[in-house]
Amino acid sequence: MRLRFLLPAAVLVVLIVLFAFGLQHDPREVPSPLIGKPAPDFALRVVGEDTPFSRDDLLGRPLLVNFWASWCLACRVEHPLLMELARQGVEIVGIDYKDTDADGLRWLERHGNPYRHIVADERGSAGLDWGVYGVPETFVLDANGTIVHKHIGPIDEQAWRRTIQPLLTTAPARAATETR
Amino acid sequence: MRHPTVKAAVLSAALLAAGALVPLHAQSDGLSAAQAERYQALVTELRCLVCQNQSIADSNAPLAADLREQVRNQILAGRSDTQIHDYVTERYGDFVLYRPPFKPSTWLLWFGPFLLLAAALAVALRFAKRRATPQTPPPVDRERLQRLLEDTRQ
Amino acid sequence: MIPELGHFAMLAAFAVAVIQFVVPFAGTWKREPRWMAVGASAAQAQFALILIAYACLTWAFVERDWSVAYVAANAHSQLPLMYRISAVWGAHEGSMLLWMLMLTGWGAAVSVFSRSLPRDVQAQVLAVLGALCIGFLLFMLLTSNPFERHFPVPEDGRDLNPLLQDPGLVVHPPLLYMGYVGFSVAFAFAIAALIGGRMDAAWARWTRPWTTSAWLFLTLGITLGSWWAYHELGWGGWWFWDPVENASFLPWLVGTALIHSLAVSEKRGLLKSWTVLLAILAFALSLLGTFLVRSGILVSVHAFATDPARGVFILAFLGIVLGIAFSLYAWRAHRFVADGEFALLSREGLLLLNNVFLVIAAAAVLIGTLYPLIVDALGLGKISVGPPYFNAVFLPLTAPLAVLIGLASVIGWKRAGRSEVLRRLRWPAVLAVVGGLALPWLVEQKLLLVAAAGGMLALWAMLMALEEPWRRWRARGAAGLTQMPRGIWGMTLAHFGIGLWVLGVTFVSLYSIERDVRLGPGQSTDLADYRFELLRVEPFSGPNYDADRAVVEITRDGRHIAELYPEKRLYRAQGSVMTDAAVEHSPLRDLYVALAEPLDNGEWAMRVYVKPMMRLVWLGGVLMALGGVLAASDRRYRLARMLRESATVPGGATA
Repeated sequence: MRLRFLLPAAVLVVLIVLFAFGLQHDPREVPSPLIGKPAPDFALRVVGEDTPFSRDDLLGRPLLVNFWASWCLACRVEHPLLMELARQGVEIVGIDYKDTDADGLRWLERHGNPYRHIVADERGSAGLDWGVYGVPETFVLDANGTIVHKHIGPIDEQAWRRTIQPLLTTAPARAATETR
Repeated sequence: MRHPTVKAAVLSAALLAAGALVPLHAQSDGLSAAQAERYQALVTELRCLVCQNQSIADSNAPLAADLREQVRNQILAGRSDTQIHDYVTERYGDFVLYRPPFKPSTWLLWFGPFLLLAAALAVALRFAKRRATPQTPPPVDRERLQRLLEDTRQ
Repeated sequence: MIPELGHFAMLAAFAVAVIQFVVPFAGTWKREPRWMAVGASAAQAQFALILIAYACLTWAFVERDWSVAYVAANAHSQLPLMYRISAVWGAHEGSMLLWMLMLTGWGAAVSVFSRSLPRDVQAQVLAVLGALCIGFLLFMLLTSNPFERHFPVPEDGRDLNPLLQDPGLVVHPPLLYMGYVGFSVAFAFAIAALIGGRMDAAWARWTRPWTTSAWLFLTLGITLGSWWAYHELGWGGWWFWDPVENASFLPWLVGTALIHSLAVSEKRGLLKSWTVLLAILAFALSLLGTFLVRSGILVSVHAFATDPARGVFILAFLGIVLGIAFSLYAWRAHRFVADGEFALLSREGLLLLNNVFLVIAAAAVLIGTLYPLIVDALGLGKISVGPPYFNAVFLPLTAPLAVLIGLASVIGWKRAGRSEVLRRLRWPAVLAVVGGLALPWLVEQKLLLVAAAGGMLALWAMLMALEEPWRRWRARGAAGLTQMPRGIWGMTLAHFGIGLWVLGVTFVSLYSIERDVRLGPGQSTDLADYRFELLRVEPFSGPNYDADRAVVEITRDGRHIAELYPEKRLYRAQGSVMTDAAVEHSPLRDLYVALAEPLDNGEWAMRVYVKPMMRLVWLGGVLMALGGVLAASDRRYRLARMLRESATVPGGATA
């Protein structure tokens, strides 16, 4: 009989646990539904050239696909780290999102170019298909062209060491056995 | 900051200088009346991801403009509402749907309020029924009696 | 110096708050009247101190003191004076100071107007309010000090969020906070009741005017917020079911339930423990709203800049305050057993149902607001719960309320005669059905069944609200009306307001038409019977923004109706873009024009809307609040009279 008077307190406890969880999570980070799925196809071209570039060019080895733009301030934050990764031999494909070739190239000239390939996505159509909602965003692909991870926002040391690097190094063995 | 800022999307002069790409259609250009209605319904129920909490219909963000454009083009291409919904959720997940899809994880969301209502009505009716008949005088509350006595004594 | 003075005043207020909490409480414990009396003077002193702090912050804004970090972040040298004054509550820290000003203001009001209360009750109420002040002041002093200086001093401020540069915002937050914070008084009364174990008709009578006052402020605040969103967020929406809006709507729904259950507790001595619970809940939901808005755990249109430390603090505070309150409730509430019989067909039965629907509606809003968080916490992914959900669920849960409202005046307390009730509602019911069917036809020349149903409910509520004064007038002429108590006038007005609101919502939701058009200068578009012609778009400069301003002429059958000036503004300091819509309104329809985007060769994408009966939505809200004013003043009159009576009959007020 008296138990019903305890109900509000019980609800309060549940809510506080819920809120404590909520405080540790960024509500704005939306996980990609593409994880574990093949990267979406696209038909773009290399920045400053007419050379076509498509999904097929991403197959055969694990790599990073980084959406960036010359107008993007946060891209400058992660740029030194990308340069460092490139020096270590990590293959990064840069997709220049909603940008002009001239602006993109000028930006890379000024800040350095960490990209093995620079691909132009002028209208943002590949961005749309990949579910990009704000640059920079970085996808980790295995050798089969499957998206294994998506990082939203600038990559930092911690994200690289804890999640991205392990994914990149474990991916090739698995991929090699699966493809051949 | 991470997104093409609104700076690029507004005043004509600022716009030309930035060379930004904006949709060059009024949204319902070229749609029949029925299509325009579908378009309205679709864009008001899709959430803009980069914004705080706005539908793509109400947002100034370039990504929202892109999605509006997609919706418009897909309607023109004769795709159904379900197909268009699938198109966006394949890319951005259920998060973009302001009308949460009906599945086990949302059953409580959709049914919860009505279950609560049924429970509350049951409790209220039971309360009313129990007290419907004139009762025997309520049991004496000794503490209260004591207090009343004290009060009168003061 | 002035900012330091403000900071010092806050520190002093904190010390006084501790006194306001400890001394009167100890006084009730020791039955020491002089200690109990400290509560009143402490409450007044605290209010004075916070007022000083508030004046200091305002001064810093008026004088553009950029060395104060909060001022520099929320004002700009070109920001007009009116917005420099309202910018005080434009962001987190200052709005907390406003919150404190309100909280201490309510406390001071209780100390002045509740002299007729038994000493120990007044002491306990003020002590509880003092405890709340301690928490909020500690929060401000530790995490959100608005007087913090920063160096080097910037040359200019970063300007107030452009969204907030609107006359609506000058009054919206103060009203809203008055409502939120006002529920703390009902909360304090509830805690006092739980501690003292005393909850009788007198308790309900003391609590009613305070609750009604808080509720009427909240009603006005929400109404104004809706009006502001309509004008300032663009795109013609007036309610978005955004978490921030829900945060204000939840205490409103529960507060409305509380007002009604208080009536039952006062008149019939029933639902006592329930009423106490609602009094705690109304304030609990105010606190919850504060937490949701300021912690950043939900994505909202107008969330404050967030800081995890603040979220943790408010959550801890919320946990302590509500934990104590609900524990007390669990421990003591069983004492408030109702004595008396209860018939469903009676006013108390009706009000019980009213409470069921209101509280469940609030639960639905809460579930919808928190569900994304729940799903995320359970690792089931991220979802959004938006307007389609809320509209689908809220409508069936609240439509029965509109039916119940109509019965309010014709069903008496205790037990109503079925035939008498039927006789009194017969004609209004017939009129409502006929009118409901006719209205869509007359106004829109198009009959939608949903519109007819909404129209019937609305007319039913309005006609039945008028039934009571009508009956009195029939019976006794003008004297019947002048002698009608203010409480009943308040109910009449508020219920009539709800009817108007339902009518407005029904029509604006079902018959609004909108169109996206591409227009160049000299081109026009037709919508409903109106022609919107874009005459030209010209550059325009405000004090702190540049804009493209369109000149749009609206005509009907060639007759000039209005000239509107929608703007697309670029605020210089923050580089942010705002849509400033232009509206021409009459009671029966709004004509709304907004500039969307510039297209090539001088053309613009524009949105035009015709929104029938939009004004009724806000008029309804204002009438509800006015009803609250009447009802609250009626009770206060009674309190004053009680005071006089209790002066002649010792101890009369406690009986």
